[in-house]
Amino acid sequence: MATHANVNLPLPILPTGWTAEKEFKAIGKLSAATQRSIEPVGPHFLAHARRARHKRTFSEDDRIQAQENAKKVEDDDSGEISEPEDPSMLLRDAKDWKQQDHYAVLGLSKYRYKATEDQIKRAHRKKVLKHHPDKRAAAGGTEDDSFFKCIQKATEVLLDPVKRRQFDSVDERADVEPPTKKQAKDGKYYKLWSNVFKAEGRFSRTQPVPKFGDEKSSKEDVDAFYNFFYNFDSWRSFEYQDEDVPDDNENRDQKRHMERKNNNARKKKKTEDSARLRQLVDQVMAGDERIKIFRQQANASKNKKKLDKELAEKQAKEAKEAEKLKAEQDKKDAEEKAKVERESSKKSKEQAKAAVKKNRRVMKGSVKDANYFVSGEPPAAVINDVLADVELIQGKIDADETAELADKLRDLKLAADIKNVWSAEAKRLVGASKIKEGDVKTFV
Amino acid sequence: MSAENSTSSGTAPGDRVAIGISFGNSNSSIAVTSVDDKAEVIANEDGDRQIPSIISYVDGEEYNGQQAKQQLIRNSKNTVAYFRDFLGQDFKSIDPTHCHASAHPIEHESTIAFTIQDKEEGDPSTVTISEIATRQFRRLKQSASDFTGKKVNAAVITIPTNFSEKQKAAITKSANDAGLEVLQLIHEPVAALLAYDARPESKVSDKNVVVVDLGGTRSDVAVIASRGGIYTTLATAHDYEFAGVHLDKVLEDHFAKEFIKWNTTDPRLEARSMAKLKLEAEATKKALSIGTNANFSVESLAEGADFASTINRLRYETIARKVFDGFSRLVEGVVKKAGLDVLDIDEVILSGGTSHTPKIAKNFAAIFPESTTIFAPSTTPTAINPSELQARGAALQASLITEYESEDIEQSTHPAVTTVKHLTNAIGVLAITGDESKGIFTPILSAETSVPARRTIHINVPKEGGDVLVKIVEGGSHIKVTKPEPKPKTNGAKDDSDDSDEDSDDEPEEQREKVWKVGSVLAELAVKDTKKGGKVEVMINVAGDLGVTITAREVGAKGGVRGNLSAP
Repeated sequence: MATHANVNLPLPILPTGWTAEKEFKAIGKLSAATQRSIEPVGPHFLAHARRARHKRTFSEDDRIQAQENAKKVEDDDSGEISEPEDPSMLLRDAKDWKQQDHYAVLGLSKYRYKATEDQIKRAHRKKVLKHHPDKRAAAGGTEDDSFFKCIQKATEVLLDPVKRRQFDSVDERADVEPPTKKQAKDGKYYKLWSNVFKAEGRFSRTQPVPKFGDEKSSKEDVDAFYNFFYNFDSWRSFEYQDEDVPDDNENRDQKRHMERKNNNARKKKKTEDSARLRQLVDQVMAGDERIKIFRQQANASKNKKKLDKELAEKQAKEAKEAEKLKAEQDKKDAEEKAKVERESSKKSKEQAKAAVKKNRRVMKGSVKDANYFVSGEPPAAVINDVLADVELIQGKIDADETAELADKLRDLKLAADIKNVWSAEAKRLVGASKIKEGDVKTFV
Repeated sequence: MSAENSTSSGTAPGDRVAIGISFGNSNSSIAVTSVDDKAEVIANEDGDRQIPSIISYVDGEEYNGQQAKQQLIRNSKNTVAYFRDFLGQDFKSIDPTHCHASAHPIEHESTIAFTIQDKEEGDPSTVTISEIATRQFRRLKQSASDFTGKKVNAAVITIPTNFSEKQKAAITKSANDAGLEVLQLIHEPVAALLAYDARPESKVSDKNVVVVDLGGTRSDVAVIASRGGIYTTLATAHDYEFAGVHLDKVLEDHFAKEFIKWNTTDPRLEARSMAKLKLEAEATKKALSIGTNANFSVESLAEGADFASTINRLRYETIARKVFDGFSRLVEGVVKKAGLDVLDIDEVILSGGTSHTPKIAKNFAAIFPESTTIFAPSTTPTAINPSELQARGAALQASLITEYESEDIEQSTHPAVTTVKHLTNAIGVLAITGDESKGIFTPILSAETSVPARRTIHINVPKEGGDVLVKIVEGGSHIKVTKPEPKPKTNGAKDDSDDSDEDSDDEPEEQREKVWKVGSVLAELAVKDTKKGGKVEVMINVAGDLGVTITAREVGAKGGVRGNLSAP
């Protein structure tokens, strides 16, 4: 907030006689303020929030921010490249540079393949300042510059991306030893193996490398991890361990022979490395509890499906059987019922038949009682006629009417009454046009 | 996968890839900040920077953006559009008007859903509004990830100022479900303002800004007091009666009538014809914002008859005047609602797609005095594309807070931090004009400045130097209206905030100007022995409890005078 506005209008001149202690006169106070919400957006709000939360005033905040900014620059300068130097390392000879740990020489052994180019440059500068032969000589030491040469060699290797990659390929000090079964106990399995694969992942051409995760990782993550490491695309190469190829001016065949040998050695080492990694992944997968759990879960869900299906089938079968049973029962019941009905109807029919017979007998008896409506011995022709009429009427009326007629006739003794009843019946039937008028001969 | 799981708990600041999202009813846009902290709106795979907020399903395949918009003609039943405002609402309180030509919202288990055929086979499924929004976010996230080459997992999202807590929760949930951690929800007008204030040429100052956000289905206006880069919303207004679709409607009616002249049928009666009419009307409207003439042509508009016509901008402005006037009234109303006058407004920012229309900016320029800057493409050549403002603002905010732990962000946006006292009156110093001995109020801290606040000014001393008096006073502004003589005199007033209209030569207009009224005196300070032609620096520091510290010293000199006013 160093900005300020400019006002061009001048200030008034101090009136004469104006005095105040320390040239300041407090007169009024601010009028009441309104409470409003400010929008939590923008860089100036963030500054406000920072002041409010840390309860700083403007000037305090300015100072602290300035300090923090300044400090950052300082940090960058000093760096954390301050490893104690191994005395034996200082005695190294630059000739066997292939065996030297370049990172350790520059004091970067805790960064290794992660060290940035900038870190390497600064580390180099720091070491040079300390180990330059002139400095040593000035300090009264020997003018031995062998370690200085080591430093130069290390920088040369590490600042050349191609050479650095070759060195990183064979830098086994950056490897993390796979834990033994004993070590990986007590829930440390994921943590320890995770470190191993973090280190292995440095050789991957595709970055970032999936993380090993922990016991809570999802199935997708775990699958992605194993897929990645089973199809590992490594840039690791083994040129660094080549045997020295003799100079040109010596035997050309010898040189070619050496080159071939080196090439074969590289290939062999590369295959061995791939096999080693594969074995490592096999090993970790075998001990991975998550895989087992996922398999169990998958099985469980599969089994569940199967069980569900079986259950559904069983239920359907039971339902079908029950239905069948019920249908059979129903059929049986119906049959029995029908039989009973049939039997009962047979009985009643027989009864009715018997009753009709009895009634008919009563009818015939009635005409016989009336002596066929003649006095004296009735002639056969009269009997025949009367009985024919009776039979005709009997044939035309149903069981109920027969019973009715028989009831009327049963107690009558007088021939005239009986004849009246018959005549009435005959008339009724004629009325109902069941018999023709001429058919009845006697009961007219 | 791991990002999606961890979004609820917050991604570690180092792993965040944050973008700004402007998620509107009609269109969405996404923006990222480049290395030099410049926000940039990015195009989706179709090359659109304005991505229509539409999701459509054809044979189980999902379409989004412009491709989905085309589906409104043939496949309107399985196309979901204009759904942003439904988030977190219940069925009773939504306005389904705009969804009439697409999938209709239905009530579903106390939320809103759409019945669409989003799978290749089977029955249509009922998809909740939350899921629809998640799918839209997923598409936006994908587009941003494709552009940046990194997996985007966090965002700042803009929302209207009238979003309820429930709506905020709903939008956060939808974004989380899409694998986006919502770093912060910021208000749309503030995002637009931030986009302008982040330009390298803009200076931090005290100003009153009107942000007019004219969208497709709604218009929102906010008056924001910007005080030293801290924004306070003074008043807002929301309007659903005057928006982009209403301008489309004017054109639709115009061309429909023209069509009826030649053909007997009314294309507005048939759904498919209406959809074609609508799409082309929108395109014509956009063309009229750029050129003075625009074509309107639809193949097989109705009953197989093709239709082609042209319209010029003047005609369009005439037939759409009612809507334009509605915008103007809305803006005037909200300035009044904030307790301000148009003369108090320093900037007007036009945001939202409809703001491209030149006539709207011209109308606003007529409302506000000449000193007010109208930020619209047609009035200011350096204006930022109004459609991109919100996404840019969101991206800028995202880049600012992406380094913070989510807990820190939460604490900083807590009402305890954001609710602060604001000055009711301006605080200033009395200066004199060259010849007058009477004091002229010169504001140092404007009204509505949030406290704590600190301002510094440099003020000239009289020509001959010597002892000067610094008188700190409160001041209020009011609008002085002078009725000019029947014959208008030439501009006598020096204040350039005069409302001087050139086109009102013959009829006298009243002169309105903003004048300061000196209020109560707060303190007096004496700065002695100033040099000739020197300057006095006056610093006022108002603490959170309204206690005031005043420091005055000559620029370049040591020491100075310092005094405190205790809190009231």
